[in-house]
Amino acid sequence: MPGTVEIEVKDLSFYYAGNLRALNKINLSVHKRAVTALIGPSGCGKTTLLRCFNRLHDLYPKNRYEGEIMLQDENILSSGTDLINLRSRIGMVFQKPTPFPMSIFDNIAYGLKLKGIKKRSDLSERVEKALRHAALWDEAKDKLNASAYDLSGGQQQRLVIARALAVNPEVLLFDEPTSALDPISAAKIEDLMEMLKKEITIIIVTHNMQQAARISDYTALMYLGELIEFGDTDTIFVNPQNKLTEEYITGRFG
Amino acid sequence: MTREQMRKIEGGIALTLSTLSALVGLFWLFFILGDVLVNGVRALNLSLFINDPVPPGVEGGGLRNAFVGQLIITLSATLMGVPVGVLGGTFLAEYARGRGISRIISVLSDIMVSVPSIVIGTFIYAILVKPVGHFNGWAGAAALAIIMIPVVLRTTEDMLSLVPWTLREAAFALGAPYYKVIIQVVYRGAATGILTGILLSIARVAGETAPLLFTAFNNSFFTLNMNQPMPSLTVTIFQYAMGPYDNWHAQAWAAAFVITIFILILTILGRLIIKWRYR
Repeated sequence: MPGTVEIEVKDLSFYYAGNLRALNKINLSVHKRAVTALIGPSGCGKTTLLRCFNRLHDLYPKNRYEGEIMLQDENILSSGTDLINLRSRIGMVFQKPTPFPMSIFDNIAYGLKLKGIKKRSDLSERVEKALRHAALWDEAKDKLNASAYDLSGGQQQRLVIARALAVNPEVLLFDEPTSALDPISAAKIEDLMEMLKKEITIIIVTHNMQQAARISDYTALMYLGELIEFGDTDTIFVNPQNKLTEEYITGRFG
Repeated sequence: MTREQMRKIEGGIALTLSTLSALVGLFWLFFILGDVLVNGVRALNLSLFINDPVPPGVEGGGLRNAFVGQLIITLSATLMGVPVGVLGGTFLAEYARGRGISRIISVLSDIMVSVPSIVIGTFIYAILVKPVGHFNGWAGAAALAIIMIPVVLRTTEDMLSLVPWTLREAAFALGAPYYKVIIQVVYRGAATGILTGILLSIARVAGETAPLLFTAFNNSFFTLNMNQPMPSLTVTIFQYAMGPYDNWHAQAWAAAFVITIFILILTILGRLIIKWRYR
């Protein structure tokens, strides 16, 4: 199992506007080129934690962070962080597919254009690479100029993954990426993550215990804004140290 | 009488009354449209579009000046009103979303929509006609633009609010700054709705007469100069219909027919766009 740490979360607390504390002193090491799953009952703060990694909370006024999130040697919570740069290094995939109202090609070219890549030949090349990467090329290659809404839900989700991959991120955040999909589409996304983790670091929020067990290398259980237990997935699922973890994964609460 | 029978009778009465009311409304609508259609088509000829008015008593002549004037005034109003309306709506739905100021402006523009257009006409008279000393095309365009702004603004705001938040978040998550998110993603998602709002607002002002009476007034000569009084179809219809000459009446019918068809087409186009987008 790869051992280097990509992201180190140190004493992270997070407050929504109105001083509502959603995260309390989280400490967590996200390992490079591995899948880390965040699990826990609804409202436990796992999505809140996920959205700290790309500072998406900054979109809404009066949200406040405390503590540090070290991405390699840099604290991304410091006020000097260039959010545009950060978000191209840490991509995100949402629960519902979020294709933009434009063609399949333009969807994937969007992030590239933001990075200043304008030459048509460069764009074409990188769009194709991203689509292949997300295992969507064969289905989409003949309709690159069609609206992204013509794709099925599962294909749209892979399109969104391709869009995030196009800008070569180091980390990808997944917020329940398969919960709006049928089982076959969900399986394809899981296969995709299995392949992607050879190159990038993945953090996934999931409600699906089997999914966490299947695809993740590390698992963190959260409850009421606290990190209850963190460790490699096998240990967490087979031999949990904490009583709460054991009860949650055996379905006795949550 | 049993309760079921009572219910049936009550239902019958309600059905009859509402059907009757609908028929009364539709009767007048088709009466007006039919009248305009019959009298308008009868008076329609090529001379109407290519000739300017001739002195009363002389046969022939046309309303080329009014057609062109109407077009210029409406177009200028659109160019002034649409950018302000769209950008204002963007401010309310995006930058000021959820703030008190946004709600206040929304309510104020709802009130603006129902302000009698003649009030707007007199307002523009006071600021753009009186100081200059004479009626002019710019004043007419400005009056129509002011009527358009709240309509476009509210439609834009509503349409932008319909674009899901996750779409914006997805664009932010790719590292896009807010103005690019709005222009490249949100506007695209709301484009057809905003376009429909613009078309309907043009249809709304194209039929206005009162605000033009105080501003552009009228001109029996052909002019492209917006510093001068400018002719429009609606004011011409008003003047010609009140006039004593038969061929004035005929031309007023024809003009009424043309402007009605124009507004009808705009409205239908607006509806078709919605249908095509949300099918």
